[in-house]
Amino acid sequence: MSGAVRLLAALIGLAVLAAAAIYAPAVLDDYMVRVLIVMCINAVLVSSLALGNGFTGVFSIGHVGFVAVGAYVSGILALPLEAKASLLPDLPSWLASWYIGFLPSTIAGGLVCVALAFAVGAPLMRLSGHFVSVATLGFLVIVNVVLINADDFTRGARTFTGIPMQTTLPWALGWLVVTLVVLARIVYAPTGRAYRAVREDTIAAQAIGLDVLPTRLSAFVLGAFFAGVGGSLYGHYLGSFSPKSFYLQYTFLLVSMLVIGGMGSLTGSIVGVIAVTLLSELLRNLERGMDIGPITVPPLYGAAQIVLGIIFIFFMIFRPSGALGDRELRLGWLLGRRNSSERT
Amino acid sequence: MSGAVPLLATSGLTKIFGRLTALRGQSISLNAGEIVGVIGPNGSGKSTFFNLVTGFLRPNAGEVRLNGTPIQTLAPARIARLGIARTFQGTRLFAGLSVLENVRAAAQLRHPSSMLDAVLGTPRLRAVERAVNASAEELLGLVDLRRHAHRRAGDLPYGDQRRLELVRALATGPSLLMLDEPAAGMDASETRRLLELISEIRHRYKLGVIVVEHDMDLIMNLCDRIQVLAAGETVFEGSPAAVQAHPRVREVYLGHE
Ligand SMILES: Nc1ncnc2c1ncn2[C@@H]1O[C@H](COP(=O)(O)OP(=O)(O)OP(=O)(O)O)[C@@H](O)[C@H]1O
Ligand SMILES: [Mg+2]
Repeated sequence: MSGAVRLLAALIGLAVLAAAAIYAPAVLDDYMVRVLIVMCINAVLVSSLALGNGFTGVFSIGHVGFVAVGAYVSGILALPLEAKASLLPDLPSWLASWYIGFLPSTIAGGLVCVALAFAVGAPLMRLSGHFVSVATLGFLVIVNVVLINADDFTRGARTFTGIPMQTTLPWALGWLVVTLVVLARIVYAPTGRAYRAVREDTIAAQAIGLDVLPTRLSAFVLGAFFAGVGGSLYGHYLGSFSPKSFYLQYTFLLVSMLVIGGMGSLTGSIVGVIAVTLLSELLRNLERGMDIGPITVPPLYGAAQIVLGIIFIFFMIFRPSGALGDRELRLGWLLGRRNSSERT
Repeated sequence: MSGAVPLLATSGLTKIFGRLTALRGQSISLNAGEIVGVIGPNGSGKSTFFNLVTGFLRPNAGEVRLNGTPIQTLAPARIARLGIARTFQGTRLFAGLSVLENVRAAAQLRHPSSMLDAVLGTPRLRAVERAVNASAEELLGLVDLRRHAHRRAGDLPYGDQRRLELVRALATGPSLLMLDEPAAGMDASETRRLLELISEIRHRYKLGVIVVEHDMDLIMNLCDRIQVLAAGETVFEGSPAAVQAHPRVREVYLGHE
């Protein structure tokens, strides 16, 4: 009974979302649509980052490394054959003559990240605390250097271009829903309980039969999959990018969204994305300078970054667990459930 | 008892830290349903013995057998899955999680489910969650913590934390339960309740129990047998009455009380 009601509510919710996504461009201006698309992509990336960083407590700052791999892998696969021949003439023949569409190339990007995450995570997930963070930063640097030097595949430091710009709002929102549903189901199930147990105390976790390494690795790998997917979405949104699109600046943006929203909460990720996006869009307009009545505000280039940095520092000092901490915003009333604090 | 394989048997168990031999040639054996006490002054090797049996330390020499199978080379999580559960000296809860989640995390060991079950929301997952819940609720009832089920474990009073850690260990469905100073920090009445609790657990779940404890009242009233360690060596082993009567034991340990 309540199961049927819940299913109905979910279906109606999805239908409304889909309608909104499809008709939004008719109502909203282009700028708003673009902001919404980027928010959806960033929400995919931040919630998948929360999985490892927040729920298993392994603070990775290498997430953008997987985003880059997803963007390049899907970009190479989805580049139309003529574009491939002219832009990437040195591609090995099996790749040069191979073309797949947006959806399969996105999934392929995610799967390559899965394989990479297994290889990278197996040694790294043994580490803890600051060591993991530094090591994952090392991973990000390595990915960047490899992208710059693998000219035949990536055009090196030059702009990789020609990717069909297919990431529309319905696509981005659709992937966000998939990401959130998968992550929420895992996080609030036995697997997620194991994640949190390992985060709280690795020794006690072992004493109740949980292996630390596989537990952390599963979160890392799953997070990497959605990082790859998000990378592909981003690549198909931008159409062209270069290795520096996926480096420290983007890392800082995602990490601040995560930390400001609350690491141990999926809805917190969304809150962080929305808050930081609105703020940066606001500040970006400010940066360009403007006229308020008779007063002329001169352009303040870089102000957005500085303000974001300061807010980030404030959160670290006064609310290190982020806006939501470990809590989820719940639409319990919508789904006919009481707010239960079961998970905390 | 004779001829049957004991639940746990150690032999020649030795652990050396640098120049210190924390445990030397220790042997102990117990059967299901038995409660054995391990006592000795501070630093005599009691916790080291626990860590060797549960895989958190590797012995330099000797063997640990569970139902006849050597386990001294296995990882802690594997040993827990084979049926040895423990608590830690000074408690190790999942402090940031709720009381209920602490017990559920342990109870799910006996109710496996996969990530795919979770993503697809299969009937199996729902059955697992129901079973995990039922067993967690039952165990919390055993220690009167059900009404605190949704509190943060780290916020409980110390005595409750110790009892929670005990039922969390129990939730893994062990055949051997090892308690490292369960009464530490408890007052006399709490200690009495603990005594009743452990006796009840032994009968209800037919477990073997090994208790390390400095509270002599608890040890003497609870245990079928007691092993006395001093500086890593086994000084004596026998019934509570024999231990109390033994002059050497009085000298190395009881004299300190
Ligand atoms: N990991 C370790 N590294 C080095 N020395 C250790 C280690 N663990 C224990 N020891 C030493 O081994 C000896 C035995 O320690 P153990 O913790 O087993 O004693 P215990 O009998 O449990 O004492 P207590 O009653 O104080 O808990 C002590 O001298 C201790 O300092
Ligand atoms: Mg000890």
